[in-house]
Amino acid sequence: MTAYLLKRLTIALVTLVLASMVVFAVLEVIPGDPARLMLGMNASADQVELLRNQMGLNAPLALRYLHWAAGLLSLDFGRSYTYSVPVIDLVRERIIVSLPLALIALVLSTVIAIPVGLFSASRRGRAGDTIAMGAAQFGVAVPNFWFALMLIYLFAVWLRLVPAGGFPGWSAGVWPALKSLLLPAIALALPQAAILARVARSALIEVLHEDYIRTARAKGMPYRAVLWRHALRNAMIPVLTILGLQFAFLLAGTIIIENVFYLPGLGRLVFQAINQRDLIVVEGVVMLLVAAVIAVNLVVDLSYAIVDPRLRSRQ
Amino acid sequence: MTLHFDIPEETLASILAKAFTNRSFLTGFVITALVAAVAIVSYIWTPYDVTKLVIADKTQGPSLAHWFGTDHFGRDILSMIMVGARNSIAVALVAVGIGMGVGVPLGAFAAARGGIADEALMRLNDLVFAFPALLSAIMITAIFGPGAINAIIAIGIFNIPVFARVARAGALAIWPREFILAARAAGKGATLITIEHILPNIATLLLVQGTIQFALGILAEAGLSYVGLGAQPPMPSWGRMLFDAQTRMVVAPWMALFPGMAIVVTVLGLNLLGDGIADILDPKSRRQR
Repeated sequence: MTAYLLKRLTIALVTLVLASMVVFAVLEVIPGDPARLMLGMNASADQVELLRNQMGLNAPLALRYLHWAAGLLSLDFGRSYTYSVPVIDLVRERIIVSLPLALIALVLSTVIAIPVGLFSASRRGRAGDTIAMGAAQFGVAVPNFWFALMLIYLFAVWLRLVPAGGFPGWSAGVWPALKSLLLPAIALALPQAAILARVARSALIEVLHEDYIRTARAKGMPYRAVLWRHALRNAMIPVLTILGLQFAFLLAGTIIIENVFYLPGLGRLVFQAINQRDLIVVEGVVMLLVAAVIAVNLVVDLSYAIVDPRLRSRQ
Repeated sequence: MTLHFDIPEETLASILAKAFTNRSFLTGFVITALVAAVAIVSYIWTPYDVTKLVIADKTQGPSLAHWFGTDHFGRDILSMIMVGARNSIAVALVAVGIGMGVGVPLGAFAAARGGIADEALMRLNDLVFAFPALLSAIMITAIFGPGAINAIIAIGIFNIPVFARVARAGALAIWPREFILAARAAGKGATLITIEHILPNIATLLLVQGTIQFALGILAEAGLSYVGLGAQPPMPSWGRMLFDAQTRMVVAPWMALFPGMAIVVTVLGLNLLGDGIADILDPKSRRQR
């Protein structure tokens, strides 16, 4: 168990360090001078040079990387070139929109997908299964931003139940804020739920063929109990793997969905920053998202050990 | 010495017979062929010229003259969808090509070598998977400039680890088999064995993964051109059409409806095709435990 944990932890850390190098290197090769950007086109060459020195842009590459990476560790992402405020402040402002959005979507997708997977697996080949999996097949094919547009048309333009976009802020109250996150969350969640339901179904079907399922049934355990207690638990590994991958997908998906709904989240921040060449913001947000993905995958790896005790004893 | 093959030698006829009774495959094949045909026909004929703006006809609802209506410049949406199919197919197909072309040799090499080469490849895979694909694709296209070529590269890069992983896993399952041992005993090297024995045996897996990545590529391309980083106007693309539709949802909902349906139908067709191929060519016996 300890060996397994240590190996996963080491891999996660190495990946994180390598990722930070890639992010730094990619944004380093981009044309465009941040100092020139901040001072505008009318600044003299001397002024630009002075600011470059102040910003540490003339230091050797390795030194600049180390400085930047050390900053990341203390959550110091530097100052935005265009807003002239610390990047972390921008992130803090935006993450309170994106994180709830991604989490609501993740929860929605799970609570839809697992029951559908169970339903389909236990009625394999029958009408209910065919309909549910047909719907899932359809759901996988739907681009979330198009689905979002359709939801806006139906619920905001036609039925006028929810706002078509924008975010009142949490200060306006929890309910109005949640209400404006509802459609984006559904748009993100349903296509993901379709994938998850398919995975859950096939994992469950695989498990339901196992001998221990027959044994549990033979000793008189009710089908429902077998399904929930034995089958679901053993089918969790592929489901957890997909959940972990989906978290990365949801985080990235928020970029486009936030653009559809005009939500002031991390996705819009990074998108605007890319367009404004505010690279330090891009670097910071991308690193944060990458770190989140790595952390989630680590948690998934560790949860394998909880779900499957065999992994604990196996060295 | 007798060689033992678990995989029954299937004749083309028996595979075709199975294909014609497989509902997923048939539906998927018909849809995919239809989309491809529409893209090809668009080179020769479209109902209207997609580069010609007819302001007098702007934002008209679906009618006999314009089946799917017109956009804010009076262009025929059906014609634009037809031409847009070329772009979607080209981007996704080349991106799959990049993924296979680089990923499969890498995966096969890692499986053949094992040891440090294998470990290095897996860690490299972890690294690429740590970047949310869409976010990185947006970054790449934003940095190196929007356009179809950069969209292809951005999507293609993220196909590489997927194919590397599938090829590696498939190859690792084939290597311990007796016929590989026989080939080694006959004096064949790892490269020759990989080309002559491993690749043909994992071709099915790669084909199925290929249809999945093709479908994902179409979705990714639509996402990129929706945020303005894919194919540039006046070249019609499905994602761009949805972007144009967004601010006109109230007056012209058909502008959003039909391009989106085109994406859904295409992706659905490819996914069904992939499921069908997996059903037909991948009998349960191969998923031994």
